[in-house]
Amino acid sequence: MNKIHVSTTVNGDDTEFLCDPRETLLDCLRDKLNLTGAKEGCGTGDCGACSVTLDDRLVCSCLVLGAEAEGKKIQTVEGIANGDQLHPLQKKFIEYAALQCGICTPGILVATKSLLEKNPNPTETEVRYWLAGNLCRCTGYDKIIRAIMDTAADMREAH
Amino acid sequence: MEYYTPESFNKASEIATNAQGITRFLAGGTDVLVQLRTDMISPDILIDIKNIPGAKEIECLADGSWRIGAAVTGAEMSEHSELKAQWPGLVEAMDLIGSTQIQGRATLVGNLCNGSPAADSVPAMMAANASVLVVGPNGTRELSVQDMPVSPGKTSLSKGEVISAVLIPARGNNGGDAYLRFIPRTEMDIAVVGCGVNLRTDGEIITEARLCLGAVTPTIQVVSEVTKLLVGNKLDQTILDAVAKAASAASKPITDKRGTIEYRIEVAGVLAKRATKIAYDRARGLK
Repeated sequence: MNKIHVSTTVNGDDTEFLCDPRETLLDCLRDKLNLTGAKEGCGTGDCGACSVTLDDRLVCSCLVLGAEAEGKKIQTVEGIANGDQLHPLQKKFIEYAALQCGICTPGILVATKSLLEKNPNPTETEVRYWLAGNLCRCTGYDKIIRAIMDTAADMREAH
Repeated sequence: MEYYTPESFNKASEIATNAQGITRFLAGGTDVLVQLRTDMISPDILIDIKNIPGAKEIECLADGSWRIGAAVTGAEMSEHSELKAQWPGLVEAMDLIGSTQIQGRATLVGNLCNGSPAADSVPAMMAANASVLVVGPNGTRELSVQDMPVSPGKTSLSKGEVISAVLIPARGNNGGDAYLRFIPRTEMDIAVVGCGVNLRTDGEIITEARLCLGAVTPTIQVVSEVTKLLVGNKLDQTILDAVAKAASAASKPITDKRGTIEYRIEVAGVLAKRATKIAYDRARGLK
């Protein structure tokens, strides 16, 4: 089978990979680029564990083909921290213990960062609706939501 | 599987026309990639239409009508304030589909072509009297959304045909639309019943009306009885009750894990009433 050559930008770095036309962006990120932050939960776009942004648009990378990444700009959880300096969201998730097993966390971080870039002052309802496609089976969401509301407040003050 | 990214809809149609084996068009992929990954379909040819010029554009034409490219996502529609102001029901119907992530990819045309009787955007499009531009081996034709669904999962498109855009009529004066969906939870579910309404008023009198139901018939369709009830009348409680009765009578649902036949018939009436009221208020500038 013919492989497709894809040139794309991942977390600001120009990147290339070869993929089978059936391979998803999630598989390409994990298996070819060793970016294993995005997780496969359901593989059908229901759980959000594989969330990344594609040209600044939040998507499930399990529902994007690797080939579709050609010429696009991808951001994954690996690009959220600045070197060793964690993003305020990441720090706050640790502070609030807003995770248990951690499988959903990368997707939730990517999704929340995308929300706060669009809306720095979301209501709790807006946060909950935005994250309706990010399932967590451990925490019951409460600590996640509180960590996010607190981060948003801090980030607004810092500006 | 071969993956194509044609540069025009004519080229996309040509590839599909000449294709041997199973062909699928790819826009947002929120249905096609799920079907591919769960081995429901195994396409030999996948034609990605997103890079075609115009496929991602929302355009208001000179006559006030709208052209929404086949690859325009739900998120892009929700962010378009003018479209949302003129056709709030249509935009809200699209916005109800899936999560934020799904909204970043899902399209009106995909929802229509998937052929689900429970598709959320289709009753709203049909109520709006929308049509689609179909590019095929014999040229381009305009097809009413009403004439698209044939049976669950099947549309009236033939081999080699691809939709390039959705056409929404000009809103005009004193018009309003609404879409309501019932699901047992607040987000991330498939309609138990969906109801789209679009109407026009002259003062308090309704002059045009279309109501469409989703998830209660094998194919989404206009309930013509409701048009007859509404046109020429003011919207009072008697008329609303008659609309509910007509919507329930038009419902021929099935029982599944989301609801029983009896429940869906009841809910269809309730949603028909509520959506009609919202569209009526919007048409008269009250909402």
